This record gives sequence, C-alpha cells and structure tokens, in this order.
Amino acid sequence: MDKGLSLRDVVILKQGAPLVRVHHDVAPGEVLTVMGPSGVGKSTLLAFVTGTLATDFRAEGAVWLDGHDITQSAPHQRRVGILFQDDLLFPHLSVGANLAFGLPPGGSRAERQARIDAALSEVGLKGFAPRDPSTLSGGQKARVALMRMLLSEPCALLLDEPFSRLDAALRAQVREMVFDRARARALPVLLVTHDADDAAAAGGAIITLGD
Amino acid sequence: MSRRRLLPLLPALTLLAMLGPVVAGLWGTFLPAFGHLPAAGLTGPSLDPFRDLFGWAGLPRAAMLSVGTGVLATVISLAIVMLVTAGWSGTKPFRALERLLSPLLAVPHAAAAFGLAFLIAPSGWLARIASPALTGWDRPPDLLIVQDSWGLTMTAGLIVKEVPFLLLITLAALGQADAQRSVRVAQALGYGRLTGWLKTVFPRVYAQIRPPVYVVLAYAMSVVDVAVILGPNTPPSLSVQIVKWMSHPDLSMRLEAAAGALLQLALVIGALVVWRLGEIGVAALGRRWIASGARGRADPVVAGLALLAGSVSALAVFLGLVVMAIWSFAGFWSFPDALPNDMTFKNWARFGPGTLKALGQTALIAVTVALAGLILTIGCLEAEYRHNIRVSQRAVWLLYLPLLIPQTAFLPGLQTLMLNIGADVGRVPVMLAHLVFVLPYVFLSLADPFRAWDARMGVIAAALGAGPDRILWRVRLPMLLRPILTALAVGLAVSVGQYLPTLLIGGGRVATLTTEAVALASGGDRRAIGVYGLMQTGAALVPFALALLIPALVWRNRKGLRHG
Repeated sequence: MDKGLSLRDVVILKQGAPLVRVHHDVAPGEVLTVMGPSGVGKSTLLAFVTGTLATDFRAEGAVWLDGHDITQSAPHQRRVGILFQDDLLFPHLSVGANLAFGLPPGGSRAERQARIDAALSEVGLKGFAPRDPSTLSGGQKARVALMRMLLSEPCALLLDEPFSRLDAALRAQVREMVFDRARARALPVLLVTHDADDAAAAGGAIITLGD
Repeated sequence: MSRRRLLPLLPALTLLAMLGPVVAGLWGTFLPAFGHLPAAGLTGPSLDPFRDLFGWAGLPRAAMLSVGTGVLATVISLAIVMLVTAGWSGTKPFRALERLLSPLLAVPHAAAAFGLAFLIAPSGWLARIASPALTGWDRPPDLLIVQDSWGLTMTAGLIVKEVPFLLLITLAALGQADAQRSVRVAQALGYGRLTGWLKTVFPRVYAQIRPPVYVVLAYAMSVVDVAVILGPNTPPSLSVQIVKWMSHPDLSMRLEAAAGALLQLALVIGALVVWRLGEIGVAALGRRWIASGARGRADPVVAGLALLAGSVSALAVFLGLVVMAIWSFAGFWSFPDALPNDMTFKNWARFGPGTLKALGQTALIAVTVALAGLILTIGCLEAEYRHNIRVSQRAVWLLYLPLLIPQTAFLPGLQTLMLNIGADVGRVPVMLAHLVFVLPYVFLSLADPFRAWDARMGVIAAALGAGPDRILWRVRLPMLLRPILTALAVGLAVSVGQYLPTLLIGGGRVATLTTEAVALASGGDRRAIGVYGLMQTGAALVPFALALLIPALVWRNRKGLRHG
C-alpha cells in the first residue's frame, strides 16, 4: 500500500533473543493498538519507529511510511510524531515558542504567529501563547503537546501511553480530541497502552504482546 | 558537514589536552633526573642528580613533611566529613553546615591559607581578641605557630580547604547510595544514627568518593602555595624545595630538582599504595565491628565532636577572610587591639592598581581556559550521547589521572622540556597547563547533570523535525544553563587558584593574583596581602554568584527550570 504506516516483519531483539515481533499495516486514519504489561517491549517498538532505539537492542525488518522506507532515516527526517505520557513541553520556552518549535520553517513572522494562535484556539487555549508551560494544568499541557506535534505536520502518529497520567474525567476528553484530530488529518496511529479503555476507544486492530 | 567529523575527535582532543602535558612533563622530568640537560650543556645518563639529592641534609625532613602533612590532612578531613555526614545528614545543623561550606569550595587555597595565618599567628586576630584580658599578653608571644617545623599549621590549612571539597563530593555520592532508607532500617534495629550510617552507608559512599580522596592525598602531599605560606622553611617540604631548585639561576640545579620531582612522584605513589592497603585493613576491622553488633552508645559524643570540628574548619576560613578584609582597610593597628585604630582606603589606593593589572591577566587566562574546558567537555558528552558510548569506570580514572600525578612531578619537567626545545614561556603555555587541571573539574561538574537530562526531550524534538545540532543548541543547552554556568564557574575558580603552573610555565613572567599574593608571603605586609587575597577570593567567588544569578534572571518566568 502507498499511504499509511507499515511495519514489515519487524523483530526487535534484546541480547539476541526476540522481544517483539510485528507485521502490520496501519491505513491513514486508522489506529493500531499494541497492548501488554509493562516491560514487554511496547515502548521499544515505538523507539524503533522513531529511530531512537537504544544500543542494547537490535532490530530486523522495515518501517515504511507513505511509500518510503524510513528504516535508515535520521529521527528528525522521518516525519513521525510522538506523544509520551508526560507532556515533555520544553520548560525553557513559552507555550507559543513550544508550538513554534514544532512549526516547520518558512512563512512570515505574522503568519507563523497566526498559525500558533489558531492552533491554541482550536483546543480552547486562546491567549495562552506567552504563558510558562509549568503554570498550566495537566489537561492544558496535554493539549499543547498535541498541537505542538500536529503543527510539525507529521505523516504518522505514535502514542506512548499518553493518557495514563490524566485523571479519569480528563482522560476520555483528551483521548477523543487526539483521535478526532488524527482522523481529520488522515494520520495512521500506533497506540501503545495497557489500558483496555484506550484500546476500545481507539476502535482499530489490537495486537497483544507478551503472550 | 565538517562539524559531524569534528565531534568524534573531541574526546581524543580532550584526552590529549589533559594527559599530553602530564606525559610530556614526566618525560621532561625523567631526562634531567638522570643527568641529561642539553640546555645546560649536560648529557646523561648519570646518577649524580640523585647523589646530590640524597646528599642534601634536609631531605629526610623534607620528605617526612610531605608524607606527614599530606596523610594527616587527608585522614583528618575525611574523618570530619564522614562523621559529620554520618551523625547529621538530613538534619538542620547539617544543612546549615552544608550552606556554610559550599561557597568555601571556591576560595583559593592561598587565600584560605593567608586567612588562617592572620587568624592564628601569635600576633593574629584570635590572640588580639583574647589579649590582654584572657592571656595577659601586651606583645605577641614568642611562639612559632605559622610555619611551625612540624607542619601542623600547614596541615590545618589543608584541612580547612579539603573539608568543603570532600563534603560536596560526599553529598553527590549520597544521592546514589539510598542512604536514608538504610539508616532508617539500622535505626529500627536499634543502631544509633552515626553507627548505623557507618555500618550501612559508608562502604557504598566510600567506594564512590575513592578517586577524589586519592586526589586529596596526592594534592596535600605535594602542595606548594599553602606550604610556602604556612609550612616550615628550614627545610621546607619537598615540593617547595623542588620549586626553589627550579628557580635557582644555576641551570644545573634543575637536575637535582628533577631527581626530587621523581622522588616526590614515588612518595605519592607509595602513599597511595599504602592508603589502598589501609583501606583493606579498615574494611577488615569494619566487618568485625559490624559482626560484633555494637549499637553505638558513644554516637552523640562522636557526632557532637565531628560537628564541632566541621564548624571550626568552616569558621576558620570565614573569619580568615574577614580579618583579611579588615587588614586591607586597616590604618594603624597595634597589638593587642582587637580592631585597627582607623579604617582607610589608602591600602587599596596603593595596591589596587597592581591588583587590577593582575586581575586582568588572571581573568584573561581563566576565561579562556574555562571556556575551552567547557567546550571540550560539552563536545565529549554530546559525542557520548550521539554515538551511544558507554563510559567505563576505567575511563573515569583517566579524568582523575592529571589530579593524581603531583604537580611538582611533571610541571618542572614541562618547563625544562620547553626550555630544551626553545619554546617560549608565557601566557599561552600557562593556559595549556591550566587546562590540564581545569578540564577534569569542569567535566566532573557537568557530566552528571548532562547525562541526567531527560532523553525523551531529544526524541520529542527529533520527532518535531529538529536535527541533532538544533536539539543541542535550542533544547539541551538552554535547559542545562544552570549546570553549564556552574561548571564554567568551577573552571574559572580552578584556574584563578593555580599557583605552580602559572609560576613554572609562565617562567615568572605571568603575574596573576595568585602568584602575586603568594609572592607577598615572605614579606609579611598584611595590608598588601589583605588586598591581594581579597581580590583573589573575589575573582574565584563572583563567577559562582553569577552562575546562580544568571539562570534565575534568564528563567525568572520559567518555573520548570527553577530547581533543575
């Protein structure tokens, strides 16, 4: 297939022993959920896709994104966005500067500012651009992290238990927001979680590791 | 593209900058020690230099001073730090002492030594305060306190400077030792806090701080500036005598100096070996003590004495700086008045211009060297991060190597080598020599915070399309602003405090605040020493203040960086 994220015969080995085996295609707008207890190698799979696999691991197989083999590409050239369970907003930058960091270069200063303001308004954070990220609530930070990632115009979206730090009420709301936007932009999504609710809300195929 | 090729070279370049001069210097010491010094028209090999050295009547005493003061200073300062930490860590008095001692780390050895001399000399501040009411003295008593022939004051001068160093090293090690829970378990089993700490935490902490303890031992055995100020003269300690021979107008005296330098190296290596054997002995005794089940009934007494010793050590430096400040403004001040008759700016008007000139030289050298050290360090750490290099314990010892080889063993050789190849002494060689000592400290200061940086920040930034360079400059370095500035301040303070490299490699022509201040020691003009000593201390302390202030200002609206 041309569009979408494709994991082809991926095997990740730790000290020679296979840890994770995946062969799956994720079509644009669809979600593939990888489940399993902690320590089973879920995050390791995501690290392989982002190109940041630690040296104790070895991997076989290939990752294709929108018709290109990105297995050997540098992490910053892959156009794969990722959200972790922590918001990981850069603490030295304002909310607006965090978003600007994600925005690809180009355009006038006013145009860039307008895109940042629009992104903030879209998630109900109008006027938050000059704020210090550490003064935001957990839900607000999660929304900024999401918009920062989307502004970088990724071609696929990886989610590493991104909702597990949020309390129950907020969780469903943020989850819905993330999946809505991924669908709207026709992004293939790879979700890693150990929460059955997340998997159900994602509504796509489910792989369970560690069986 | 060129940068991508430069980065992997930086670790090699760093090692070269750190170890190259040491190896070259040892070679340059080795040749003349065996009679080979073409610059003086001498070619070896011959054993005459050693014959001359062993023929010197002062040698046994000089060697004994080196070993005695060095070992005693190390044992006492280590004991104070371990017992204070054992008895008090986690309490209010400990935090107070910690806050008191931290800034003292930056005070140059020479300034601390002068301060101590001003404090405890027969005509010093303590005698003035106590006289005549308590002592009945109306003139300074005829006692040899400073420069006493046993080197006890010199030992004290080393202790007051090594206590803050060892304490900060210990604090860093404590974080990884899970100390609090161990002590809580021991206390639940009926052990006193101090005994519980010594029996459960000390072995782990000592294993961590072993390299810096060895550095303290090697340094204390071969120190020159403190020995010139506080140590005996007839004979002086071996290292001071080596420097005297080196500065003798008769070039052939360098042969004896080189032989002495090799002896100094042998003494330090021997002491380190004996210390290592002592560790094994202490460990055996400790295991027996642990097996005995003693709960530590004397804990409160020992802990109290340790806290007293630690406080006295900190106060000695503080009061020393205060009395130096008073002397720098003193008009007429007769014994036994506690304070001068009048305060005046005359001393500053007289010595100020000289100190400013020395300050300019000091700052030029320190800033260049500290920046070079910082760039090399960041380059090494970033190369380690990008290329996933694992650093072994053995590589860590490489960092300590230049600090373990006595300065007096390789700096004279470096100077002789430069003389032989006709290289000019001066500022640039002095900078390179400073870098040998600045690099390890800058690296040790920055390595932990740099490695502790959350690598997921890098993954996120890369996922947002930022390349490795952009991540380094726009994310990692700004987030690490505070530890980077602290490492820079450490580098500046180390460079400002350097005496021997400046003196020997500068050929006496590079005048920094430290060389000027130490040169005043023999004259004994307390007003001049006060002015120079204060300037020297300020030059080392101000960067630390800035390292605290600048991040607080730059990140005043960034709560997330206030504690990191």
